[in-house]
Amino acid sequence: MLGFTGVGKRFADGTTALADIDLDVAPGEFVSVVGPSGCGKTSLLRIAAGLSDASEGAVRRETERVGYVFQDATLLPWRTVQSNVELLAELKDLPEQERRGRADEAIELVGLKDFAGHRPGQLSGGMRMRVSLARSLTVEPELFLFDEPFGALDEITRQRLGDELLRLFTLRGFAGLMVTHSVTEALYLSTRVLVLSDRPGRVIGDFAVPFAHPRSPELRFEDEFTHLAGKISACLRGGAG
Amino acid sequence: MILARRFAPPVAVFLAAVGLWYAASLLLLSDQERFLMPLPHDVLVIGFGDPDNLAELLTALALSAQVALVGLVVAFVVAVSLAVAMSQAKWVERSLYPYAVLLQTIPVLALVPLFGFWFGFGFGSRVLVCVLIALFPLIANTLFGLRSVTSAQLDLFRLHGAGRWKTLWKLQFPAALPSIFTGLRISAGLSVIGAVVGDFFFKQGEPGIGILIDLYRSRLQSEQMFAAVLLASALGIAVFWFFGFLAGRVVGSWHESVREPRT
Repeated sequence: MLGFTGVGKRFADGTTALADIDLDVAPGEFVSVVGPSGCGKTSLLRIAAGLSDASEGAVRRETERVGYVFQDATLLPWRTVQSNVELLAELKDLPEQERRGRADEAIELVGLKDFAGHRPGQLSGGMRMRVSLARSLTVEPELFLFDEPFGALDEITRQRLGDELLRLFTLRGFAGLMVTHSVTEALYLSTRVLVLSDRPGRVIGDFAVPFAHPRSPELRFEDEFTHLAGKISACLRGGAG
Repeated sequence: MILARRFAPPVAVFLAAVGLWYAASLLLLSDQERFLMPLPHDVLVIGFGDPDNLAELLTALALSAQVALVGLVVAFVVAVSLAVAMSQAKWVERSLYPYAVLLQTIPVLALVPLFGFWFGFGFGSRVLVCVLIALFPLIANTLFGLRSVTSAQLDLFRLHGAGRWKTLWKLQFPAALPSIFTGLRISAGLSVIGAVVGDFFFKQGEPGIGILIDLYRSRLQSEQMFAAVLLASALGIAVFWFFGFLAGRVVGSWHESVREPRT
């Protein structure tokens, strides 16, 4: 679905954000990239989305149906939940009925049916993130990109939304690529975890995650989980040193 | 109860000010000097009580209001067009913005006689004064508003194939509305001032409220003069309230700046 070969990113001011990244995300895979802050994680995601060009290497993206969830919900405050979720279909000039249908389904899916008429200012941070997820779902993404999507939320909301995301993943079967700095979150949500080094970011670890879906919250406390989390953390520390 | 809490403070200030005025007028001035600060009720009785005088004032006020309104509308259209052009291309902004600032710094009112000689002393010149005075706050606020969108919002639009005009229409313009209303509130007041003070230099043609103020001043008819000043400021307050009200209707449901504070 997505492939990076030898991708590097240098900015105009001379700083190198990424170096020699090889990365593949197959359909049905959910890959998380963890790394210290400033290691070019967001650059990697922007390149994957086509919002930014790679300075070196090749990027292969096999679908146009890309969902992108930003660090904050990025909603339009003047629009209601319903009309925020309809936005992307509106930008594609889809007919009104199609727009409504997709939005209704997505809003239902994230459990915000009763809030369709609310404006973002009336919602909690977690609910706003759900709206953002619903909005991306309307493009029926085959590739779903997440840029530290729950970074600004409290722990409980974060875990709930993680479960929500897992449910959507098993339901819709998109290919996922998420950047985060939480090892537990990466491990819990992913089928594979990549570790990036300090800037310029290189891949210094690639861990397959063996846990079957559906996963339950208790998974986080099982020995195998904590053991793997420990290994990834060690790798992260090694690269950040 | 809520109404009382809301209106009691300004009413108290008003009563205190009127009281001070009476005190100053009665205690400090002799009868011969009283025209310097006429008693408030004399202003009302003489200025507004006489039907002929009232008609004269209201006709003049209507003319000034028209000048201010047309000036504001023209300034609004020009300013929004310029701000949109500036927001679309950096070179347009670099070319034009310094002159928009210049507009703010030249004393437009001092140039009014010149406009009279250039364009005549009619309606057009009076409107031009208002446009020049009202333009800058509208440009600056609209541009600020168009720029207030976040880079993530722009990325979202770009990612989903929105072109320049769709981004302008569906993202930047709605995001700019609160600032545009701020600009309108400032410029509406300025436009009224432009219409009134500009009048001082337009002795020819139909009298606006400014001409009347000048006329009453020269005749030492201070009751009428204060009545005219009151009317002119009432016009300013009315337009300010109007745009505040409009802003509340249009963006109040989602923007903090115009929402009533909760108590």
